[in-house]
Amino acid sequence: MTNYIPKTQHKRGQLFDSLFILFLVYVSLYIPLFLESDTKSADETTSAQVITWESLDVSPVEQEQWQKLGFDEVAAAEIINDRFDYTIDPVMLIITALVIIGYFFFVLRVSDRQYREVIAEKFGTAGSQANNEQGDAR
Amino acid sequence: MSQSTSTGGDQKRISMLKVLNPFHVWALGVGIVLVGEFMGWNFSVAKGGAYGALIACWVIGLLYSCVAMIDSEVTSTVAAAGGQYTQAKHIIGPLMAFNVGLYLVMAYTMLEAADALIVGDLMAAVASATGYADLNPQPFVVLTIAFLAWLNYRGVFMTLTVNFVITLFAFLAIIALFIGSDPLNPGNILKHSDLLTELPYGWIGVVAALQFGMWYYLGIEGTCQAAEEVRSAGRAIPLGTIGGILTLLVAATLTWYVSTGLMPWQYLGQATTPLYDAASIIGNPSLQIVLFIGTMFAAIASANGCINDAARAWFSMGRDRYMPTWFGAIHPHYRTPFRAIIFLIPIAVSFAFTGLLDQVITFSILSGLLGYTFMSFNMMRFRKMWPLDVIKRGYIHPFHPIPAFTLLALCSVVYFATFLGYGASLLSIMAFYIVASVWFVKRRYQFVKRGDQFTMPWPRPKGY
Repeated sequence: MTNYIPKTQHKRGQLFDSLFILFLVYVSLYIPLFLESDTKSADETTSAQVITWESLDVSPVEQEQWQKLGFDEVAAAEIINDRFDYTIDPVMLIITALVIIGYFFFVLRVSDRQYREVIAEKFGTAGSQANNEQGDAR
Repeated sequence: MSQSTSTGGDQKRISMLKVLNPFHVWALGVGIVLVGEFMGWNFSVAKGGAYGALIACWVIGLLYSCVAMIDSEVTSTVAAAGGQYTQAKHIIGPLMAFNVGLYLVMAYTMLEAADALIVGDLMAAVASATGYADLNPQPFVVLTIAFLAWLNYRGVFMTLTVNFVITLFAFLAIIALFIGSDPLNPGNILKHSDLLTELPYGWIGVVAALQFGMWYYLGIEGTCQAAEEVRSAGRAIPLGTIGGILTLLVAATLTWYVSTGLMPWQYLGQATTPLYDAASIIGNPSLQIVLFIGTMFAAIASANGCINDAARAWFSMGRDRYMPTWFGAIHPHYRTPFRAIIFLIPIAVSFAFTGLLDQVITFSILSGLLGYTFMSFNMMRFRKMWPLDVIKRGYIHPFHPIPAFTLLALCSVVYFATFLGYGASLLSIMAFYIVASVWFVKRRYQFVKRGDQFTMPWPRPKGY
């Protein structure tokens, strides 16, 4: 088996490849801004109410700690009432799971094919090695 | 210069210096991670409450124990720069290796950007407290990255010796905070009985908390990047890594205990500097200064370790032609991957200035998570292709294959946790790795020398 001789890459091609991978990173960082599914907060109904420590269901000790941190009841209410919404969209969940599983399936499958080329070049093809071993035994 | 640098091409090869010991390995791993105790872990409290964060701390601690066990065995056998990237190259194949290299570069460069932002914000906070309001933090972000890159450029021994000193200080700051909180007299300063509540979102919140539970330990696997520069990989990597994970387990537990005994969970869940806030509540000025310096040192140590690891992963990919060969150069005098170090400086700065800290951090966490998923496949194949009696290992981890299966199961749960909070980011980051993989297969792989991808003195793998 003849060894694979890789192409030589010129400086301009090297620069292009480095910039291309960076471009991909920036695109993927900005994509979520255009998709609207990230963390949502719920319960924004408190602004019209009169806020007291009692209405926030805060114990005296908790109130004392909030005040040590420099918060009054109005400032604390903004944080206390900001809650996560864990509603699950089953379609998105299935799509996400398929993307992750599909990604690993693709990477492992292609890697295996490439790995066989690496091993064949490093150690010789499996058939030729078996022949060599038989020859050595004789 | 060209005559005396190693570039992965046909020029004369210069190796990196073997000067590191287990303490440096510990400093590299813990240094990267410890900032997560000073800030970041507490977002898991917002996701699932104080007890949810504690459960996340333990569950993710189990995940990282599996990572440390698996990594210690494979790295003590595959002692080369690039860490998990080099492991993937020898055990799974080029495309997986390319992906793992990208995971490492992205995880560390983005974490480095977040660390530098923290340093800038702390400087602005100090300026504000001392009467200089509206200080622009951006020059401090650039200065931090530039100074640490210079340190990395000049040599790994000094870089990681500095990291050891500042990481140790930061760890001792957590111990000092614990002692200062009078833990032997519950109710005096620490008020767990009044501040700990039931799970605010039930068990779904606990699962969601796992995503930010990663902050307690994210980056400990970076110890493997030092494999080519330690005096004895078989001894230093397992000692440094497992010592590191034990240190982090202690630090994480103390951090949770003190913070949840001082702050209401709603505040803790959104605090920028929770340990500094804890010292402020205790009201001891000396402790506040120690925690301020500890927070600053932790962020600097993390950025320093990230530059070290990202550069080595990028360098290794250049050396193997997975990325342009120009990056695969070692400095003729300092013996560091200097081109990779310099190239990543403006990239880290640009990540810091995108204004997308959420996405940057999520990209970093997810890249790490993808790397851990790879490790479970990697370990299974490693033992199958080279059984224990075939090649000598520096360390053999016990209970195989339980850690590999446990790791895979826990990674799956953390993907779900990420979906709960950052579903769109998860999909866009997966899209990045899918497009990059196709690009590697269609374009980059033509420049790769096949036989050169296997450099370990091992026999032919079983099944190939």
